Amino acid sequence: MPATSRDQLSPPAAVVPRRPGRLSGRRRATSPWWFAVPAMLLFAFVVLVPSARGVYYAFTDWDGLDPNSSFVGFDNFTGLLDDPDAVQAVWHTLLIAVSVTVIQNVFGLLLALGVNSLIKTRNVLRVLLFAPAVITPIVTAYLWRNLLGPSGAVNSLLGTVGLDSLRQDWLGDPQLALWSVVGVIVWQFGGYSMVIFLAGLQSVPKEVHEAADIDGAGPIRRFWSITRPLLAPAFTINLMLSIIGGIKLFDQVYALTGGGPGHATDTLSTLIYKDAFTLGEFGYSIALAVVLTIIVAVASTGQYLVLARGERAAS
Amino acid sequence: MNRYRKRTFVLELAMIAVALVVAFPVYVLVNLAVRPVSDTSSPIRPTTSPTLDNFSQAWQQGGLGGALLNSVLVTAGSVVIILAVSSFAAYPLARSTARWSRGLFLLVMLGLILPFQLAALPLYQTMRDLHLLGTPWALILFHSGLQVPFTTFLYTGFLRALPRDFEDAALIDGCTPAQSFRHVVLPMLRPITVTALVLNAVAVWNDFFTPLLYLSGSTQQTLPVAIAGFFGQYVTDWNLVFAALAISIVPVLTVYFVLQRSIISGFAGGLKG
Repeated sequence: MPATSRDQLSPPAAVVPRRPGRLSGRRRATSPWWFAVPAMLLFAFVVLVPSARGVYYAFTDWDGLDPNSSFVGFDNFTGLLDDPDAVQAVWHTLLIAVSVTVIQNVFGLLLALGVNSLIKTRNVLRVLLFAPAVITPIVTAYLWRNLLGPSGAVNSLLGTVGLDSLRQDWLGDPQLALWSVVGVIVWQFGGYSMVIFLAGLQSVPKEVHEAADIDGAGPIRRFWSITRPLLAPAFTINLMLSIIGGIKLFDQVYALTGGGPGHATDTLSTLIYKDAFTLGEFGYSIALAVVLTIIVAVASTGQYLVLARGERAAS
Repeated sequence: MNRYRKRTFVLELAMIAVALVVAFPVYVLVNLAVRPVSDTSSPIRPTTSPTLDNFSQAWQQGGLGGALLNSVLVTAGSVVIILAVSSFAAYPLARSTARWSRGLFLLVMLGLILPFQLAALPLYQTMRDLHLLGTPWALILFHSGLQVPFTTFLYTGFLRALPRDFEDAALIDGCTPAQSFRHVVLPMLRPITVTALVLNAVAVWNDFFTPLLYLSGSTQQTLPVAIAGFFGQYVTDWNLVFAALAISIVPVLTVYFVLQRSIISGFAGGLKG
């Protein structure tokens, strides 16, 4: 029977599912492949092709101008291992990513539990605490650069409340600068983690808590046995966002310390920028970008596998 | 546990204290931006003679008006393109079970992992060869491509959870696939479109690395790069810098407070995607 649209109208709807061959033929027609073409062209032009070229250039002495660069094998990568600044930058990148992930999520979860309670200011506080997350990071970083200066507001505040002994050169002290950067990021994005945890918390039905309460479970027991497993998807998203954000970190370091003092806060991203645009070493810079890519790929697939298992176990 | 107890009150006070600490930098920002240059007292002491001189000076010297306009143009242009092409692409990706569709979806997932730092430098060369460097078009093109994987991923996840009965019904009624997309699928995509709109607009508006690369030396800066340039020029004149920072924060926070409900649910909505 020829499948014209006119024929489609005549049989009663109940008949249709009994003709799987014909229906699936129609279904394939509902998803025309050319719908994906514009997106894929843009994606290929901006991401796929340049990334592939980038991987190739990492094995050349590319200077950013001459398309005819020569192949140098693994020279850029072995050079990287001999370059203390690069090794340091990898270490800083990992340290920032891990500490931001841990601190920001603990802070965000506590905030979420706080505004998910019966307090009267919960709605105002939720809006206020999330606000820093929408402000441009480079702008908040310049703000904090002043606040954390030797005579900045943070030290003034410590002086006012009688904690003069805690006054520090927060960004000028090589031991401290990295932690100041972490602090600024947690300040800005703690509210972001909060909002995602909050959405998870609000998916926990009140009745479950009430039942557990009646059964004599205390708040900690209730959190551990009811809330925590139901928060698993929120954890997955939050950990993914903060660890990948931390690994790619550029803006805040650029504005707060410029990678300094010395190289004390240089991350892979700031080093990539400096090597390419101040030193003109494009091949070396792109080799660093390849290292960054590998770290991101390992972190995100590793995390995905671990957390997906956790989510399955929790549900 | 549904009553306001003494413990709840203590929690209330603690949370307000945390919020005050979080808001403290904004207080200092406003305080320094409105105080005259001659006032060199402690930055946390409220100024006694507030003035708006810093604002007018920062506005004129920083070329912030032009930068603001460029940022609006780049953000609006990019977001419209991103949402259009990604929602289109998600439709066959979510509905087709053909091998190419699954392959394409894996490619999109790969795009989620690739950091833009890898593509940024080779693309810099391409943009230069196309004479797009220094123009907002380079940024619109860049963001449109960069945000495709994430946005397509959001839309695809959302579409897969939607029942296809409506589309089947539309087809049986004689709709073409394009008509069914336009009249049946698109209206159902509203919630995820709010999420995609909010997340993309914030990402594009706040981006600093790309305009720093692709607009460097150009007069057509976006706001974040103009602010960085302004800082470099007036590094010792913090009152002016603070006025410039405040100017760049005001439009963002205004939009945020007016639309806070959709914006917060937009950010939280990534959870379901």
